[in-house]
Amino acid sequence: MSDSETSRQRRKWHERLRVTLWTLIVPPTAWAAHFLFSYLWAAISCAKTDSFAKFPVLFLAGTLMALIVILVSGWIAWHQERTPGDPPPHQDSTEIDRLRFLAKATLLLAGLSFVGVVFTALPVIFIGDCR
Amino acid sequence: MSLHEQDDPQLRAAQEQRLRKVWAPPKGLCLKWTDTNNDAVGAWYTLTAFGFMLFAGVLGLIMRSQLAVPENDLVDAAKFNQLFTLHGSMMMFLFAVPMFEAVSIILLPQLLGARDLPFPRLSAFGYWSFLLGGVFVAGSIFFGAAPDGGWFMYPPLTTRTDLSGLGADIWMLGLSFIEVSSVAAAVELIVGVLKCRPPGMRLNLMPLYAWYILVVAVMILFAFPPLIAGDLLFEMERLLGWPFFDASRGGDPLLWQHLFWIFGHPEVYIVFLPSIALFAMLVPTFARRHVLGYPWIVLAAVGTAFLSFGLWVHHMFTTGLPKISLAFFSAASEAVAIPTAVQIFVFIATIWAGRLTWSTPMLYAAGSLAVFVIGGLTGVMVAVAPFDWQAHDTYFVVAHLHYVLIGGTLLPLFAGLYYYWPLITGKKLSDRLGKIAFWLLFVGVNLCFFPMHLSGLEGMPRRVFTYPEELGLGGLNMASTIGAFVFAIGVAVICVDLACSPRRAHAKRNPWDAGTLEWLAHPQDEHWGIRSIPLIESRYPIWDQPDFMRKVDEGRYFLPDAEEGRRETIITTVLDARPLAVVRLGTPSWKPMMTAFTLGGVFILTTYHLYWAALVSGVATLAMILWWLWTGTAEIPEKPSKPIGHGMELPLYISGSSSPGWWAMFITMMADATAFSGLVFGYYFFWTVHEDFPPAALADAPGVFWPVVALAVGLAAWGLTFAAREVLARGNIGIARAMLVAGWLACLGSGAAGLAGPWLSGMDPALHTYPAIVWTLAIWTAAHAAVGAIMIGYVLARSVAGYCLPKHDADLRNVTVYMHFLALTTLVTYLTIGLFPEAS
Repeated sequence: MSDSETSRQRRKWHERLRVTLWTLIVPPTAWAAHFLFSYLWAAISCAKTDSFAKFPVLFLAGTLMALIVILVSGWIAWHQERTPGDPPPHQDSTEIDRLRFLAKATLLLAGLSFVGVVFTALPVIFIGDCR
Repeated sequence: MSLHEQDDPQLRAAQEQRLRKVWAPPKGLCLKWTDTNNDAVGAWYTLTAFGFMLFAGVLGLIMRSQLAVPENDLVDAAKFNQLFTLHGSMMMFLFAVPMFEAVSIILLPQLLGARDLPFPRLSAFGYWSFLLGGVFVAGSIFFGAAPDGGWFMYPPLTTRTDLSGLGADIWMLGLSFIEVSSVAAAVELIVGVLKCRPPGMRLNLMPLYAWYILVVAVMILFAFPPLIAGDLLFEMERLLGWPFFDASRGGDPLLWQHLFWIFGHPEVYIVFLPSIALFAMLVPTFARRHVLGYPWIVLAAVGTAFLSFGLWVHHMFTTGLPKISLAFFSAASEAVAIPTAVQIFVFIATIWAGRLTWSTPMLYAAGSLAVFVIGGLTGVMVAVAPFDWQAHDTYFVVAHLHYVLIGGTLLPLFAGLYYYWPLITGKKLSDRLGKIAFWLLFVGVNLCFFPMHLSGLEGMPRRVFTYPEELGLGGLNMASTIGAFVFAIGVAVICVDLACSPRRAHAKRNPWDAGTLEWLAHPQDEHWGIRSIPLIESRYPIWDQPDFMRKVDEGRYFLPDAEEGRRETIITTVLDARPLAVVRLGTPSWKPMMTAFTLGGVFILTTYHLYWAALVSGVATLAMILWWLWTGTAEIPEKPSKPIGHGMELPLYISGSSSPGWWAMFITMMADATAFSGLVFGYYFFWTVHEDFPPAALADAPGVFWPVVALAVGLAAWGLTFAAREVLARGNIGIARAMLVAGWLACLGSGAAGLAGPWLSGMDPALHTYPAIVWTLAIWTAAHAAVGAIMIGYVLARSVAGYCLPKHDADLRNVTVYMHFLALTTLVTYLTIGLFPEAS
């Protein structure tokens, strides 16, 4: 394998990832994990310490992690959705059209999940205590 | 077989005769109820659910009559409580959810070009369970014993046996039984969508209805089990006095609310999405074009499914949870408006971009969208916590939920009824009656429920059997009552329309000129589902693939024959629908019905505290299930493979992760694991709400020793089964059997050691919540270990009888899936009850 070929393959690693129904649900699963985490974090810290961290590092880290997972999977989906080959409108029974469809749906879900995570994080900014 | 052979009309006639014989329904007054084919079971299911809807509707009318004027005395307070509880419970559990399952059982095989779903007998079992449980719950009102605690059955009102009678048990046990049938349907539908698609129907070509059903069935797996776990705790408290919800002994009634609403909110979307799925089929037909934004619909369905699990606390805004928690749920409740709106805009765009043919189904679709949007907007209002504090428990919420459910579920189902009636009966319904009914319904729903917004805001509380005249709400209530009766007249007109149907002339096949596979059906005569299983190249094959109908009808595609006289369908891969195997389907049998009745006996007899009889019924259920499995599953075929046409040869036996049985086990265990997580949530919930949990005086039980022993032995059972699977695959039958024997012993040992912990340390579950929840986790896990032992014993017996062999190891592979989940359950339980008290 020549060097240029290797580098071409390395550039396109994200396009060679296998896309399945499981990868489709990565972004909303990240939302769900973040949501559960937020709920548990608030419930436990309010119930056990009866106070609310002034600067919730743990919460911030969890939120960033969820957003990063969503962005990465959205970014991969964005590239895969542009896989070349097969004519538009990409509604045929071909491998590429199926890939493009799953990637498109993943990308849309990443968008929704991103908004969802931001929505969940907003209350922490506005509500500073356990009342 | 080449295409040329299909040119021979005699060959085609012979094939048709064979198919007809194989798929012929059982005849005779008794035998016809043994049918398992989807067209029969689906029709029974739909009719039964429709009947329950009418029944629950009449209950609603009685309530509205009582509330028509102030200080009315048509029914007393006790009867009124039963009326609203049963109305809500029946509409949700006996109409909305079963109706979607029923419709899907009819439509899905047709939409997927399959002869039937993969487990027809499971569908029949689900139906008989539903019928029995439904009659049990609904009939209770005639004996004055109906549940009366509201459809959410909040404790402590309902757990204290001095405050609530048999009705609470009937609700818990009767509806638990129906939940079992819902989970069974979910398994059937998921495996159907994933594994029974026709060749070429990759995920991107799947009909949107199938996408929605896949999503909704998965939601059922995660939504219903927490309620089943809650039901279990609830009945433990009612029947045995274990104080999960009794605050005086360490319990907390809020735990029930959490478990109920983790089910209850996704439930709303579980009944809404399948109805919207009907739109996704009928809108393109009448817009005469492909649906616009196919991936956007998938986004909407999947996105709604996920977000709907982050909404449950919005039913609990007034329970005093920290504001920050409320805010999380408020945020998710607002976010769910996004995917919901996306699908509505997609339909509008499709109509706009197409050439719309106006029709009765479209009228219902348009009207229901209008009603639903009003309900959605008030939903956004009550999702805002401070607004909800004002509106909570008033008629404003009643108005909101009826707009949502009538606009989002009932009216779309009527649209579907008018659209799909020709598919089921071969005859169209009357457009004139349909339109009259629609306008009655549309006026009725608005006249009934719009005034409730106002009466609610003016302070009319929910669930009161009457109200004083001075409140000044008489006029609004009278309007609501008139609206309810107008609505009921609309439903009656639809019933008249249905009743007239048998005397009408047949419509042509595919009367709406739709483009999707379900319209290949021959409603009047053929029961085989589809003449030959097509190769799919488009989302709307009837429109796009030339000569499609003729080719299917002439058997020019796959599996056009039933040479061996067996009911068969093709199993394909999940992503790309590549043909994998031909499976033989279950034939008509008494077994599903008898299993449903024996299982129903367990629930119904327990309601009346007839524990020994319930135990006998339970043993009979186990025997029935084993008999059913032994005689009907993992059969070794008479030959390894068969041709399906076009030079393709497919195996007749598959095992492991490509087989439907493996998927069914995996999916069932996902539901089981979810129920278990509901119980574990209970344990840690108590830990968060109590200052000291476990309480210092009780914390030294069950100790570390027995839980650790149970864990070690349980993991050994898992390892042995796993190893036996690998050894058998390599041909060492003797060693595999020895490992299974050891695994069987380890399962029993693990269960016994698990129970020994709380038993030997003398934990009294009636004393406090802590011992009660520890016992519950231990019993749950031990019971699963016992089921594991039964499964391993079954595989051993199959092996000895020559049914489970190196190349035919489906039984063992499926049991291994169970053991994976058992290992997980074992791990979580014993770490929790054994080590957590040490750590906390």
